Amino acid sequence: MSTATSDNRPARLLARYMVLGLIAVIFLFPLVFMLISSLKPDRQLLSDSGSVRAFLPVGDISLNNYVAAFERAPVELFIFNSVLVTGITVLLTLVVCSLAGFAFTFLNWRGREVLLSLILATFILPFESIAIPLLMIATQLPWIGPDGISQGWLNSYRIQIAPFIADGLSIFLFVQYFKDLPKELIEAARAEGASWWQVYWRVVLPLSGPVLATAAILKFLLMYNQYLWPLMVAQEEGYRPVMVGLQYFFLRNPAWGEIMAYLSMITIPVLGFYLVLQKAFIASVASTGVKG
Amino acid sequence: MATIQLKNLCKSFGDVEVIRNVDIEIGDGEFVVFVGPSGCGKSTLLRMIAGLEDITSGTMEIDGAVVNELPPRQRGVAMVFQNYAIFPHMTVRENIGFGLTIAGTPKKEKTRKVQEAAKILQMEHLLERRPSQLSGGQRQRVAIGRAIVRDPAVFLFDEPLSNLDAALRLDMRMELTKLHKQLGATMVYVTHDQVEAMTLADKVVVLRDGTVQQIGAPMELFRKPANLFVAGFIGSPPMNFLDVEISPVDAHTVTVRNEMLLPLKLPNPFGGEHIAAHGKLGVRPQYLRLSKDIAGSFLSGEITIVERLGSETLIDVTIADGSNVIAVIDESEQVAPGETVGLSFEIDRAVLFPAE
Repeated sequence: MSTATSDNRPARLLARYMVLGLIAVIFLFPLVFMLISSLKPDRQLLSDSGSVRAFLPVGDISLNNYVAAFERAPVELFIFNSVLVTGITVLLTLVVCSLAGFAFTFLNWRGREVLLSLILATFILPFESIAIPLLMIATQLPWIGPDGISQGWLNSYRIQIAPFIADGLSIFLFVQYFKDLPKELIEAARAEGASWWQVYWRVVLPLSGPVLATAAILKFLLMYNQYLWPLMVAQEEGYRPVMVGLQYFFLRNPAWGEIMAYLSMITIPVLGFYLVLQKAFIASVASTGVKG
Repeated sequence: MATIQLKNLCKSFGDVEVIRNVDIEIGDGEFVVFVGPSGCGKSTLLRMIAGLEDITSGTMEIDGAVVNELPPRQRGVAMVFQNYAIFPHMTVRENIGFGLTIAGTPKKEKTRKVQEAAKILQMEHLLERRPSQLSGGQRQRVAIGRAIVRDPAVFLFDEPLSNLDAALRLDMRMELTKLHKQLGATMVYVTHDQVEAMTLADKVVVLRDGTVQQIGAPMELFRKPANLFVAGFIGSPPMNFLDVEISPVDAHTVTVRNEMLLPLKLPNPFGGEHIAAHGKLGVRPQYLRLSKDIAGSFLSGEITIVERLGSETLIDVTIADGSNVIAVIDESEQVAPGETVGLSFEIDRAVLFPAE
């Protein structure tokens, strides 16, 4: 039996790598196409698109599209806005949702089960169905700024952040993960004199790397890809994120090369973020059985 | 140093009563073991002392002060868990010092105390390791170390040795006894293993279905069990029971007999007039003596099984009514299955219980 397995091993390994390689290529194609196209003038881009040349850096290659993209739209501002809004939302999500998950998992209080089911029920609601009521609330929210009390949160960063900090899915992820932590660790910390806050900070959080990474990545993707909500609440250019910025390239004749250049630039933060957290993300998906 | 008093303590989970009217007094510096079969409520009782479970009714006092409503941190107790419960993301040093860190102990003092505890447990060389690099026994030491450094008034142990292999368990048992002598602290220890209870305890509390069956010194439980349950639970191999008829002789003496047993005169265990007609006579396997004089023996029967354990030999004897009696005899005795033997015992070693 063991001889048979060892004899088969190289062949099996080869087959496995071939399948994985094929999948990788399929996933890489659009990215390669985007990057290569961003270097070509529109006419060549369109004529190449029917052949394998679409994936090869051949012909008239230049960075002209990138220069043009910066001329057409404030790309750096959009990327800054998106990174700022996404970064703050992700951080606040981790704090708020992990604390909520902690309270739902470890603290005993009346109505805990009911409230948890209600919160979990919210993640089956598509955002589009609550966008209009949310917009109406947003126009009426008060704010205390340097100029005194004002009404309405439109055209601000906070209106792009606040609605997305707490969400059912993230809380669910934390609750599921915390439930799997050995109960004795929490009890031991309690018996050692730790307050609930210390249990959270010194024991639970340090052991929650995988779920923090998962929640962070899911929220990052959601926030970075926001389109509808910022389109509704950020009419001023100064607050617009990257996805809304894409509109600038469709206003007159669509400039495909510039679009590809813009897309290439706004993809970089996503790839960077994912590469940093991917190990923890995979560990978490494997251990919770929850798919991202 | 502390005394613990449990007064009329009850605990329910919903409609299920798991602890019923428990009264226990634990003296300063005593080593008390809660023992009983699984589900008897012993761990729950320990967790109530620790403050990890609410008390449904009754009072719990530590050093004379009622602690019913106090959170664990204010009770001055340290607990060691069955599965160690050491923090996987901390080194041994951080684990042992955890309670001190929480209490905000100055760094110098913390380092000194952790070093001291590590010395007591002979694990100074392991301080920088992570739990994943330790064996089961070492992990348990870390858990004990974490309890020691805080210098608690009371140590609580929840089956701390049950995850260890037999040899290590013996070692750790001896170390715990040594530790108790060294620290002189009050210790409460939960186990389902009656050998641990017998060897470690100053005082054993036998529990069953959430009620206290008997409290006493180990040998007191062994020699004078209060009821059939304690008699059967404490001691290995378990006590032999014979169904007997009881007839009074006078206020202080009764006669017991059955078809297999010569009539025996015993002191009246029931006190006064209430003498049951039927009872069970309990004799420990260790108190049975082998006798070749079959006619003169209290009991006789045929040996069915001989188990040689090395230091002693267990024999299973089938007596006339078909029931089995186990006897522990000297390893030098020459016996074989199929042989008919007589068994006797000293009368004051036998215990009489009313039939249940």
